[in-house]
Amino acid sequence: MPRLSRRRLLAASVPALGGAAAALHSAVPPHHPWGGESQAAGPAHAHGGHGAGGHADFRDGRTVDHRANGFDPHEILRDFDRGTTRRLASGQVLREWELFAADKEIEVAPGVRFAAWTYNGRIPGPTLRCREGERLRITFVNGSEHPHTIHFHGIHPADMDGVPGLGAGEIAPGGRTVYEFDAQPAGLHLYHCHVRPLAEHIAKGLYGAFIVDPADGRAEADELVMVMNGFDTNFDRANEVYAANTIGFAYMQRPIAVRRDELVRVYLVNVLEYDLINSFHLHGNLFDYFPTGTGRTPSELTDTVMLCQGQRGILEWRFPTSGKFMFHAHQSEFTELGWQGFFEVA
Amino acid sequence: MEGRAATERDLRTRGLPAWLLGVVPLALIVAAVGAFAALGGPGLGERRGPPAEELAVEKTVLRPGTIELTVRNDGPDAISIAQAQVNDAFVQFSGAETPIGRLGTATVRLRQPWIEGEAYEVALLTSSGGTIAHAIDVAVETPTPDLSFFGLMALLGIYVGVIPVALGMLWLPWVRRIPAGWLRGVMALTVGLLAFLAIDATLEGFELAGAGSQAFGGAALVLVGAVVAFLTLTGVTAWLEQRRRAAREAGASGGRLALLVAVGIGLHNLGEGVAIGSAYSAGALALGAFLVVGFALHNTTEGLAIVAPVAHLRPSLGRLALLGLVAGAPAVLGAWIGAAAFNPSLAAFLFGFGAGAIVQVIVQLAPSLRDGDGRTLHPVAVTGLLAGMALMFATGLLVSV
Repeated sequence: MPRLSRRRLLAASVPALGGAAAALHSAVPPHHPWGGESQAAGPAHAHGGHGAGGHADFRDGRTVDHRANGFDPHEILRDFDRGTTRRLASGQVLREWELFAADKEIEVAPGVRFAAWTYNGRIPGPTLRCREGERLRITFVNGSEHPHTIHFHGIHPADMDGVPGLGAGEIAPGGRTVYEFDAQPAGLHLYHCHVRPLAEHIAKGLYGAFIVDPADGRAEADELVMVMNGFDTNFDRANEVYAANTIGFAYMQRPIAVRRDELVRVYLVNVLEYDLINSFHLHGNLFDYFPTGTGRTPSELTDTVMLCQGQRGILEWRFPTSGKFMFHAHQSEFTELGWQGFFEVA
Repeated sequence: MEGRAATERDLRTRGLPAWLLGVVPLALIVAAVGAFAALGGPGLGERRGPPAEELAVEKTVLRPGTIELTVRNDGPDAISIAQAQVNDAFVQFSGAETPIGRLGTATVRLRQPWIEGEAYEVALLTSSGGTIAHAIDVAVETPTPDLSFFGLMALLGIYVGVIPVALGMLWLPWVRRIPAGWLRGVMALTVGLLAFLAIDATLEGFELAGAGSQAFGGAALVLVGAVVAFLTLTGVTAWLEQRRRAAREAGASGGRLALLVAVGIGLHNLGEGVAIGSAYSAGALALGAFLVVGFALHNTTEGLAIVAPVAHLRPSLGRLALLGLVAGAPAVLGAWIGAAAFNPSLAAFLFGFGAGAIVQVIVQLAPSLRDGDGRTLHPVAVTGLLAGMALMFATGLLVSV
């Protein structure tokens, strides 16, 4: 099937990409945080005669096999998919992507397999990035065994909304369609599947960030994408594991390296299913918050923002000192179920 | 026609020795099962759907900073415990490094700075994403099974088992004096007491069986235990009878009955001891004077049940003491088992065993209720039966483990 050439290319490149990630991660020794301790708590442990054991983490500080998953949350952070561009006769830039839906088993927590649904084999799907005013053409190929769509947030015609009954409607397994519209407005948006049962189609992994840069751009910064999500592995409509970019504790076990005094810009999207809200909290600092990224003046200087599902915003700040600073959901439950990490400022 | 066919068949196998005819089908069954297993069940195809994961938590041990669960795989497939959560937070744990096979057990030790008196919910996350939830209603440190602990359990067993039974036996002089009609009433009271105990033990057994591993039979364990006890005691009784007849020894049936009652009650007290011991070690039982007094009253009636059949005999003090020990001392053993090696399936079986023993004793006692006309359920007996059950019910209200 020549129309799936891009999919094949991606599939073929996964081992190569993952190999680098695996090489990085195999350097992490499989240490056992407390296996060597005697059962009777030693004097090192205050807290009523027994230690609390540091931060919550997966068993023995293990992480998942990013290579087998085909994606790594550390790579997703700074991975912006700008697609391919060419100029139309009108002078407008046409930007094109091809997205495919695929059923894929991924390791959502060390040793825990989850039958996920993905865009381009990863969760979240690729971060689509374009510039305000461009013409966007997204070819969607459904390689999954279930009907899916891509519903974009933003301004577009009704028949390009990616919902059942409008335009191409549901795309049957093996089917394809093209979504085409102008990139507007500038800001941080998202895309996701809009087939019923909606909660399942989103929670299984069909979502991604969609960034429309302002025509005049934004200030130079170290840009990071964080899609806050979770996984209901036992289908009880509550999540067993929470994360930013799918893999819990990934940024605890290996902090996100940033530079002192450099502007950090986080594109924060909440797609978490089954919980009413999610949040982002930064330690040792405050950030300018731009809700939906549509305005140029911050709504607030804060260290905690709360987002419902589908809400998103841009965060900007600079670290004045070096060191390690935590960030996490400020629902402690989500924090200790995976959604926490460190920035390491050098 | 049929007769002729049978004869022909007999003729065909006449030349073969009988043992061979018995062994051949067995060998064929073994070969067929072996071939079926070796070929991976030809024609059945792959399993449909994900593995069915069933894990029963058989034991919970709380030590400062840790929660230890002993789990048993109840399901048909091996289970891998990948992660663990306590109260919606991932925790560090040791144990269960390798998949747990069918009926296999594993002990996981979770690191959790738990607070006494609070409730905890442990969730073990399996490789398929399923969760096995286990609630700890009240966190309290599990006693270490050391010498002083076994001493305490022994004391508890003596308080609730041995002493009350001995006290109950003090009714012996009284039952000796009362007329035969009254004695039948007392025997009926005894049967009523025992009937209540049998029902109580069965229900308690079912409750425990529900909490334990279902792969071992669950509730069926209680019934199996009851049948085993009933048949064993019936067999032993028949054997004793045979021996006595052979020795031309007659008239000792009262003593035999008393021993049987003592054995039945002893088995019941074994189960009761298991329940008390496990409840105590799980922190579900506050040892108070009220509870001990309640058990004592409850079990005093058991002493009466033992002495009623020997009313017309003159048993020695030593023999009476032995009967009391047979009935009461198993409570000590039960408390030890329950506190140190509690297993819901085993406990359910023991409760069923006790119930079966009691039913057997009731069957043995029933003839002694008969009045001059040969009726068993005459007014005095019925009154006695109901009074016995009412007495047990009322004293049972004082104790609920």
